Order: sequence, then structure tokens, then C-alpha cells
Amino acid sequence: MLTFIVRRTLWTVVVMFVITAVVFFIFFKTPGVDPARALAGRSPSPQTLAEVRAQLGLNRPLYIQYGLMMKRIFITRNLVSYSDQGQLIIPEIFAAAPATLSLVFGAAVIWIVMAIVMGVAAAKLRGRIYDPILMILALIGVSAPVFWLGQVCNFITQGGLHNSVFSWVPPLGYTSFTTSPLHWFTGLIFPWITLSILYIGFYARVLRANLLEIQNEDYIRTARAKGLSERRVLLRHTLRTSMITFVSLFGLDFGALVGGGAILTEVVFGIHGVGFLTWQALQNLDLPTIMAVVIYGAFFIVLMNALVDIGYAWLDPRVRPA
Amino acid sequence: MAAVVEQVSTTELRPAVAGRNPWALAWRRLRRNRIALAALILLVLILVLCLGAPLYAHNIAHDGNVLSPNLNGTTVVHGKVVPVMQEGGGLLKLGETPIGPTWDFSHYFLGADNIGRDVAALLLYGGRASLQIGICSAVLCCIVATIVALIAGFFGGIVDAILSRLMDVIWAFPVYLLAISLATELLTHSNGLQVGFLHVSATSLWTPTVIIAFIYVPYVYRPVRGQVLSVGTKEFVEAAIAQGASNFRLIFSEILPNVVSTVIVLLPLMIATTILTESALSYLSVGVQPPNVSWGTIISDGQDLLYTRPWVSLAPGIMIVLTVLALNVLGDGVRDALDPRAKLRVR
Repeated sequence: MLTFIVRRTLWTVVVMFVITAVVFFIFFKTPGVDPARALAGRSPSPQTLAEVRAQLGLNRPLYIQYGLMMKRIFITRNLVSYSDQGQLIIPEIFAAAPATLSLVFGAAVIWIVMAIVMGVAAAKLRGRIYDPILMILALIGVSAPVFWLGQVCNFITQGGLHNSVFSWVPPLGYTSFTTSPLHWFTGLIFPWITLSILYIGFYARVLRANLLEIQNEDYIRTARAKGLSERRVLLRHTLRTSMITFVSLFGLDFGALVGGGAILTEVVFGIHGVGFLTWQALQNLDLPTIMAVVIYGAFFIVLMNALVDIGYAWLDPRVRPA
Repeated sequence: MAAVVEQVSTTELRPAVAGRNPWALAWRRLRRNRIALAALILLVLILVLCLGAPLYAHNIAHDGNVLSPNLNGTTVVHGKVVPVMQEGGGLLKLGETPIGPTWDFSHYFLGADNIGRDVAALLLYGGRASLQIGICSAVLCCIVATIVALIAGFFGGIVDAILSRLMDVIWAFPVYLLAISLATELLTHSNGLQVGFLHVSATSLWTPTVIIAFIYVPYVYRPVRGQVLSVGTKEFVEAAIAQGASNFRLIFSEILPNVVSTVIVLLPLMIATTILTESALSYLSVGVQPPNVSWGTIISDGQDLLYTRPWVSLAPGIMIVLTVLALNVLGDGVRDALDPRAKLRVR
């Protein structure tokens, strides 16, 4: 187990290094693009250009440029946005993170609970009404663009029905939990539902398939033969084993959402999280911000993937390579 | 493999039981799958409609360039001439609202967008761009991934190790963030990208196509490489080696025909994914650039009109859902037809 953890950690570090290198090359070394001009925002003044060149050491060797960039992103954290009056980027990202985490956590709770309920129901009542419902949900999940679902949701809750049925829904935007827990909840409930719809169908189907597969295992028969109640067999034996796949899948999706996948949901609902920050940067072609978000987002995903792998190996010794 | 079976079927050893080649068998299985067939028909319908965009725009709706702003134009509703951009309400008459759906095929069927363009015509033109990017990037991605997978799986050893690690790194990147960084970098450069003799201008549809194709290569590479590895150990490959076949022949006439079905199963699912990615990038303004339109850019433009003219963003969204749904259903059908026991999935 220890060797596995060490190897996985080393590989994580390598991947992180390569990611920073790839991002560095995309932003600094795209053929025919002057990095100073690209990073300095739209129509920069000659002073800004000179300042960017000096700050990023663009006249110095490649590895020094890379080192300076990484120092500004991770150590001194004083990377500035040139198109936003020298706003410090890294603190801005960390200030926006709670909104993103609130969005993804809430959606995750909804989709996990719903997926478990529906997956178990579908496995128990095979061939009845649940199978087609899950099929349709899963198909919507893979076919509908989330930003469009969000617009439809906004159209319903903020449009014509806003004065009657949905008068309790606050205008689009994010209220932090510490400001007002009630507004935090009512403002996020529809973004949560929209985001979780994409995952409920898929997760429930995975769980259903897994439960049906496990039901034929020897140890389930043993549990029944011992005279355990059907509920106990389901909860303690079948469901518990299925959770291994479920949890690892969840770790990957959660990482992907926090690390950048939630951008579309944030933009359509006006939630000022990291994704919204990225989107604003895109509108101004503010490259330093985008670069920082990409690197931090990718790091989060890589870390989550490593944790999932280690957790998976801890739960299921068969996957540990010798 | 396929060639051998074909020969048998043409020589007709026994007239009663004619041999069929595996593609014909798969096609027969697909034809029997009514849902998949319905999806295929829907797709063809959408494709034909979108290809006929100029026909609709120039001969039925109105003439002139549908992609350019039409702020001062007029149209006909119930026999009366009305301006496309209507004055805002209230005392001050601030702002303009584009005309809503007229449900009249030849005059702004779905209304106008924020700069007075015919949404119905835009929808068809946007569909062309979305489908072109979706199909081209999926095909490009599958070709590149298959070639890399063939090389990695066939030569094995250090070649395989390097290529697979490279793919792992692309895989580790968050899909949208990688696409966004590539796209912004290319967009800031107004002259576009020059790689050797290939020139891609920044506003060209090929910019998003190439970006999307690139980010999904590892997703196709992994299953195909697995297939190459398993086919590579089969007896007929050994037989070919014993006959003294060259590496080139081994790869392209022994192994390739046996992994093509895996790629074909993945193709519709990949097109579904690439169309969704294109719309997401366009929504974030880093995909298709003006003056071109795609379903994603129409949805993005429609966001400001959501409460007054909801059809501007509802219509392209419905088109995306229908197209992607049909592709997913068709993809499942193709998988069942080609390899009924396979468990291959994109996700």
C-alpha cells in the first residue's frame, strides 16, 4: 500500500509539472504570438508592454521565464491582471472559491441522494416504471447543454411565473452563507437542481447495474442463508460494495466540476465563483487570470484523481499493482 | 478478415445459405433496431435542413445576407409592413426589442435576434457550423487517436510507454479549461495560427475544430489501444508475421480492419460530445467567432433576450438536444449492432 501511495504521489507531481509546462508553452510560446502583447490585455500601452516584459523576464532564458511565472503563481502570489488595473489574481481566485464549492457541494448532495434512491428502487423493482424514467433522465443528462437547461430554468423561475409561483426565488446571483443562510439556499436551489440533473440518471444507472451484478455474488447468498433480513442484506452487503465504484466515480466528477466544469452553470446563473471569474476574464481576453485559473483548476483535479485512486486501492486491494 | 468473408460470399458455395460480410450483418441488426433507425432518420433530416440553409434564407425568408445586422429592416406580419426592431415600451421608448416569432415561414418564423437577424435562418446556418465542427473534429480526433493507438499498441515497449504517458497528461487536463486556454491564446492573435504551410485564421471554423479534436484524442486513444493490443496477439497476425509481412502491412491490413469497428462505435458518441463542447465554448465566447454563427453563439446572444424573446435561445437549445440525443441513441444502436457483447462507453 505504501509503495502504491508513493508511486501515485510521484506520478501526481510529474503530471502537475507537465501541466504547468504545457500551460506555460500555450501562453508563452504559441508560434507567432507575442506573449507580452497577449498577456497585457486588449490594446496595451507601450509602458504596460515594457512593464510586462520586465516583470515576466521575457528577454531572459526560457527556464527563467518559467520559474518567474511559477513563483508569481504559487509563492509570491502577486500575479496581476493587466486589463483589470493591476488586480491581484490569486487572492481573487481564492475569494471566489466558496461560491463554486457551495454550488458543487449542494448539487453533489442532491445527485448522490437521488441517484442512490432511484438506483436502488430500479434494481429492486426491475422492469417497472423506474427503468424508463432513469433511461430518460440519463439521456437528458448526456444530451442537454447545462447552460441551456439553466436558461430554461431561469425562464421558468425568473420569467412569467416569477410574480406567482416562484416569487420566493431571489434574482440571479450569489449570496454568501455568512450573509444570509436563507438567501444562500433559495438562490442556489435551482442551480443545484440544474447541475445535478446531468448526473442523477447516469449515477443511478451505474448503481443499478452494479447492484444487479453484486446480487448474484456468493457472499450475498451467504448473507441471505444466515437469515439476515432483506433490508440488512441490501444496506450492509450489496449497497456497501457498490459504493466503491460510486465513490470513485464521484471523486472524479466532483474534482472536474470544482476544477472548471461548473463554469457554464456559474455563468448562466450569475454565481460569482471561479468559473464566473474565468468567464469575465475571457470577455476581456485577460490571459494572466485565465492562466492562473487553468493551473489551479487542473491541480485540483489532479489531486482529486490521486485521492480517488489511493482511496480506491485502500478499499479494494485487488487494484493495487504489485 | 473482412475481405476473406466477402470472397466467400461472392463465390456462393451453397446457394441456400449465402455468406454475408460482417458489415452487412451489422447493418441488418441496426435496421431491426427501430429506435436507432428513428434516430438515424432524425439526424439525416437535421443534416438536410441545415445544408439547405441558403435555400431557405435566400428563396423563402428574404434575400440579402442573413448573417449581417438588419437593424433598420422591415418585414410583413398579417399583410402589414412592420419594422424588425420594435421601439421599447414606456414613456421614454428606450431600447429596442426585436420582433417575436411570427410563425409565418417566410417572414421571421422564430422572430429576430438582438441585431435584427432572422432566427430561423440563423438556426439553419448555425446548425451547419455546429454540425461541421462536430463531425469534422470527431473524425479528425478518431483518425489521429487511431494512428497513435496503432503505433503505440503495435510497437509496444518504450514507444507505447511514451505515447501513453503523453495521452495521460492530456487526459489529466480539465477538458474545458484546456480548450479555453488554447482558444484564448489563438484568439488574441488576429493573424491566426501558422503551422508550416497550414494557415488557420483566428475567426475560421477550423480553430475550434482543431482544438476540440485535440482535447478528446486520449478518450478515443485508450479503448482503441486496448483493442490493438488484444488483436495483435491473435493467430492470424502471427500467421502474417510467419509469412514475412512488413510492419506496414501488419498494421494496416491485419490489425486496422479489426479495430475499425471499435472506432466506428465511438464515432457517433464522439460527435455528440464534440457538438456539446462546441456549443459550450461558443457560449463562453471562445468557440465560433462572428460573423459565423453556431447554435452555441445563438444561445449566448439570446441570453439577454431570455425574458422578452425566449425563442431565440430556446430554439437552438432544442436543436442541440435533438441532435445529441439522436447521436447517443444511434451510437448505442451501432454498438449493439457491431458488437452485441461489447461494454464500450465514452464515459
